[in-house]
Amino acid sequence: MKFGPMKAHRRARLLQILFLLVLAGLATTFLLQALNSNINLFYSPVQVTSGEVPLGQRIRVGGMVEAGSIIRASDSLKVGFNVTDLAGSTFEVNYTGILPDLFREGQGVVATGEFTRDGLFEAEEILAKHDEKYMPPEVAMALEAGDSASSALP
Amino acid sequence: MIVELGHFCLVIACVLAGLQMVLPSVGLFRGNLLLINTGRSLASGVFLFTVLSFCALTYAFLTNDFSVAYVARNSNTLLPWQYQFSAVWGAHEGSFLLWTLVMSTWTLLVANFSKPLSDEFRARVLIVMAGLSVGFYLFLLLTSNPFERTLPFYPSEGADLNPLLQDFGLIVHPPLLYMGYVGLAVPFAFAIASLWSNQLDVSWARWSRPWTNAAWAFLTLGITLGSWWAYYELGWGGWWFWDAVENASFMPWLIATALIHSLAATEKRGVFKSWTVLLAVFGFSFSLLGAFLVRSGILTSVHAFAVDAERGQAILWFITIVIGGSLTLYSLRAWNLKSVVGFDKSGRENFILANNLLLTISAAVILVGTLYPLAYEALNDGAKISVGPPYFNAVFVPLMLPLLVLMAFSQRSQWAATDLRVLVYGQGRLLAGSTVLGVGVALLLGALDLWICGIATLAFWLTLNLGMELRRRVKGRQAPWRRLLKQPLAVWSMVIGHFGIAVVALGIVSAVMMSEETDLRMAPGDTATVGDLEVKFLGTEAVQGPNYLSDQGRLEVYRAGQLLAVLQPEKRRYLASQSIMTEADILVRFAGDIYVALGEPLSEGAWAVRIHIKPLVRLIWIGGVLIGLSGFLSLLDRRYRVRSVLREKKISERQGSETAYV
Amino acid sequence: MSKPSVLIPIVVFAALVALLGFGFRLSDPRLLPSENLGEPIPAFQLPNLLTGRLMTEADLTGEPFLLNVWATWCPSCVAEHDALTAIHTQYGVKIIGVNYNDDVDAARRWLEQLGDPYAFHVVDAEGTLAVDLGVYGAPETFVVNAEGTILYRHVGVVTEGVYQDTLATYLAQDSMGGS
Repeated sequence: MKFGPMKAHRRARLLQILFLLVLAGLATTFLLQALNSNINLFYSPVQVTSGEVPLGQRIRVGGMVEAGSIIRASDSLKVGFNVTDLAGSTFEVNYTGILPDLFREGQGVVATGEFTRDGLFEAEEILAKHDEKYMPPEVAMALEAGDSASSALP
Repeated sequence: MIVELGHFCLVIACVLAGLQMVLPSVGLFRGNLLLINTGRSLASGVFLFTVLSFCALTYAFLTNDFSVAYVARNSNTLLPWQYQFSAVWGAHEGSFLLWTLVMSTWTLLVANFSKPLSDEFRARVLIVMAGLSVGFYLFLLLTSNPFERTLPFYPSEGADLNPLLQDFGLIVHPPLLYMGYVGLAVPFAFAIASLWSNQLDVSWARWSRPWTNAAWAFLTLGITLGSWWAYYELGWGGWWFWDAVENASFMPWLIATALIHSLAATEKRGVFKSWTVLLAVFGFSFSLLGAFLVRSGILTSVHAFAVDAERGQAILWFITIVIGGSLTLYSLRAWNLKSVVGFDKSGRENFILANNLLLTISAAVILVGTLYPLAYEALNDGAKISVGPPYFNAVFVPLMLPLLVLMAFSQRSQWAATDLRVLVYGQGRLLAGSTVLGVGVALLLGALDLWICGIATLAFWLTLNLGMELRRRVKGRQAPWRRLLKQPLAVWSMVIGHFGIAVVALGIVSAVMMSEETDLRMAPGDTATVGDLEVKFLGTEAVQGPNYLSDQGRLEVYRAGQLLAVLQPEKRRYLASQSIMTEADILVRFAGDIYVALGEPLSEGAWAVRIHIKPLVRLIWIGGVLIGLSGFLSLLDRRYRVRSVLREKKISERQGSETAYV
Repeated sequence: MSKPSVLIPIVVFAALVALLGFGFRLSDPRLLPSENLGEPIPAFQLPNLLTGRLMTEADLTGEPFLLNVWATWCPSCVAEHDALTAIHTQYGVKIIGVNYNDDVDAARRWLEQLGDPYAFHVVDAEGTLAVDLGVYGAPETFVVNAEGTILYRHVGVVTEGVYQDTLATYLAQDSMGGS
């Protein structure tokens, strides 16, 4: 093919390029679709209380676990607690399963799941990655949002 | 005193690395052979002083010298000695010291085991490596000095090593992984040296192949070990999480895997020259990117080190200069490079091309998923998102399936023209046979699932093809079995490595599709049924470890009324840091691991208990080890054992024919 | 091979570096503003950790100081402790501790073990003072002037570098303004 006539060579080249372009287009479409159907948006407590969150859609929420709010069922792994931004916005979280080792009252937490009704979050996964040296950026942002929202009030 | 000496040794190593970069460069400029060759002896100096420095830090740990801030943060008098030793690389500063030690080791090896190279070319390779080393040493000394003291007031007791890291896995995992990460600097240096000297011929490919194989093998073992560690130490029973840091090690592996294949094609057939150079640059870029992701705190991860903006910035600058410079050099050189020669449509080159495409695209889509939260944040005014494992599974699996098919199909292909009839000969029967075996495995596992049948069939098909290839090599000759043993190690390496992939594939599909996972509340005396097993919880008792207190659970596992094992998972509270750790207990059976972990204590002596059954999950790590070993095996091939220039020449003369191994 | 294509890698790389640099700036967790800057320390009435005497915001005034929120459950506080000790001994800075959401006995043991560079600590077992301060987690450190006004807030671990680069400037600024 290398020594073929110029025209045939060019046409083959063009076809190759076209083929590659179509392939790249398809791949990009697929990729973006896969990305967009698997991202989980993050919401802060103040967004929750102001009713910005969608119901029944998989999202992530975060804030601080309110002290003294943890309630356990006595016969299963069901647990409920409140998530707060320490600035007046609070909502309830329900979860069934094993909480992470770092889960604690007064600590940052990020949960993945969905709101089944206003103000009640059914979590599928709980992360308490307030590990080493700082809190998750999401939690920091959530609290900050709460702060500025409460200070904006008269 | 020893500590100050250690710091001083590090400074000397940095200066020597600087000389190692400058002197041979001057030599090249002036044509002074004496200066050109200084790089080799300086490599020993750099290595020696880095080792001394490393020993000094180790000494500080073993003697509990808490006046050293790094020791005070990561050790404790109660910490068992083997962990005091491994704590040296338990956090950012010390692990980067290990990184430089590994770098100086590779440089030393290249300096001393590169006889076939011309003095000039070797000097260029060493200059590039020395340049990288200088960057590493400066980073260590200026932003992350592990020898910093907190005088005059220092704590009488250290804060202890992160309990997650108090484990055998951590003793070996980082050194292996770093040997891989940093080892990719060697093919990178070869590629840059060949660009620099404008010698983009096949020789650089031949020279850098054993080094690439070695680095790749280390990386493979490191990742495998990391996955195993996550499985038994994190307490969630998972073996891969698509976590940003895991991805950071997996992307260089994918690129390195593409690189070892493309190097082979470049060496043997002279194709893909500029592409192979680019891959070598990419491989090391991904290593550096990994270091950045882990050490800058830009992405949250269970493995990430402490956040430090200054360090992240420094690494980002380093990446910009090194990789930006390399790619600029590449663009300049490749601009004038003659276009790639055509190759036959049926040869092995095609399969390697497909392999390279699939592997690079996989690395690219993982990169997109890993960095997408950043891009999203940048474009949407700081809104936070996360990309979940479903994305990675959705894009990675469809790329791996064709790779597996091609892998099976390509085993019998040859360089240049391959008769298609040879390639497809008997494939129908092999495929039929492997389908039977695949369905058989699925039935044994107890589920006629399409995924299991499919993947198992592909795994067997690959294995059978490997067997056929070995058979082809000895067929029709005398004493075939003895001949089989006499096959060159390069062939065995290829067979074992690809077989490892088949093993991993089977392990993954079985662990993903067949796992039984239960989390439940268990009071003492409660029994739970999981799969065909009954697990009885007897309660917990307090146990004291060297530096922790622990609640140790007792669970009896029965199968058909017969006691299989007593498992004792623990919930530990480490005294110094007051942190809590889950220590799972695992019953290893060939049919499947029984994995038990304690969640948290509930009321009245009851506990949250996690019970998983994972059939064939071990195959993932067994396969990983096989793949890694295959890389080392290839190094033992006689081609690489030959050291003298003379013999090297003879070999290159013989290399005209593929059967020159005789 | 068409020549401009050799530029693709470097263009992609440049985009990547731009993204990383940008993301890096965004996700620096230490760039958190505080609502309390320029305001006096909120009123409180909490016991001293070691003596048990009730302390109020009035006990804090007199000279500029660092108000450090810490707890024994916070691993990074251990790391920070070294730096605080060094800052206290080298620069003679007064440091006051807020022991946040913690077990009092554990906190006392902690200080016995690691040393106590603090002037004193108040026990904020319920987190009331921390909430008023707008604390996100431990450790956090505030620079407060002699009049009890909050000048600066640092989220995360204080190191000697952080002290020299930022905290010291705020402390110095205060003494200049005060004199």
